[in-house]
Amino acid sequence: MHGYKNAFKKAFPYTIPVLTGYLFIGIAFGVMYAEKGYSAWWAVLMSLLVYAGSGQYLAVRFFVPGISFFQVIFMTLMVNIRHVFYGLSLLGKFNRMGKKRWYMIFGLTDETYSLLCTTKVPEEVDEEKFLFAIAILDQSYWVIGSFIGGVLKSVLPFNAEGIEFAMTALFIVIFLEQWMEKKNRIPALIGVVSAVVCLQIFGSGSFVLPTMIVCIGILFLLRKRLEVETCR
Amino acid sequence: MPVSVGVSLAIILTVAVTTFATRALPFLVFPKGKAIPKTIEYLGSVLTPAVIGMLVVYCLKDTPVMTAPHGLPELIAAGTVVALHLWKRNNLLSIGGGTILYMVLVQTVF
Repeated sequence: MHGYKNAFKKAFPYTIPVLTGYLFIGIAFGVMYAEKGYSAWWAVLMSLLVYAGSGQYLAVRFFVPGISFFQVIFMTLMVNIRHVFYGLSLLGKFNRMGKKRWYMIFGLTDETYSLLCTTKVPEEVDEEKFLFAIAILDQSYWVIGSFIGGVLKSVLPFNAEGIEFAMTALFIVIFLEQWMEKKNRIPALIGVVSAVVCLQIFGSGSFVLPTMIVCIGILFLLRKRLEVETCR
Repeated sequence: MPVSVGVSLAIILTVAVTTFATRALPFLVFPKGKAIPKTIEYLGSVLTPAVIGMLVVYCLKDTPVMTAPHGLPELIAAGTVVALHLWKRNNLLSIGGGTILYMVLVQTVF
């Protein structure tokens, strides 16, 4: 158990940006769900079992009489399909983690994925426990945020308009950190440019899947060149 | 509640299983012990920066550029995040500073 205590202690500072972001977008989710007539415990239940930012925002709309389950599955797939590709970067890491890997896979949100892929594990801590601690901490922020939102409903103690920018800021910071490593620059540019182009063509509701496909296509075309860069 | 407890639970479970399925797919295709093909290994290594680039755009996707204030609050706040981060490289300062500035901008200026 000592190893875990140390891992959580070491992991915590890396998760602070997610703490800020998740508390606030979690609160926003809790408020939205509460406005549908669900108590804070329902928000907690959904955040424990589903655990997906944009997925849960969308899901709030499913709670209407006569909703078709086919539609629930289809819409959820559309908003979360990008996650299919996340595991590809983490196959090796997770497959070393024994039974814990099922929780790691479950917890693979955008934010946790970004932290797991970009955080360098400190030397004096066990990698497995460290990654696990990041995943658990992130979800706990999300659950706590949803609960607070469900309790507060629409009576926020302050005007929180614009707080959701924390998430954007987090990704900008992670992007910059990636950018500082030269070998990441071409793939990073491919991601931004394909996303902007696909956003223009397909619109904000459905550009993510085309973007992923275009990215993967270009990354394959540039494989010879990028592999050389990676080895340099 | 607009629908019954049973239907509510069924909706939550359906969303949960579908979401988990999207995250688990690569691990079902390449299970533990099976060698990961070189191609997938390559893709795994270059995909992260590309995905994070996409996520930045994803966060800003609903910014109205054609109508006032033309994405100006987003542009100013994002620029501030970049500047703060290049200056101090302190995550909390960059994210906190950018977010607070953004809130001030959308609540009082624009």
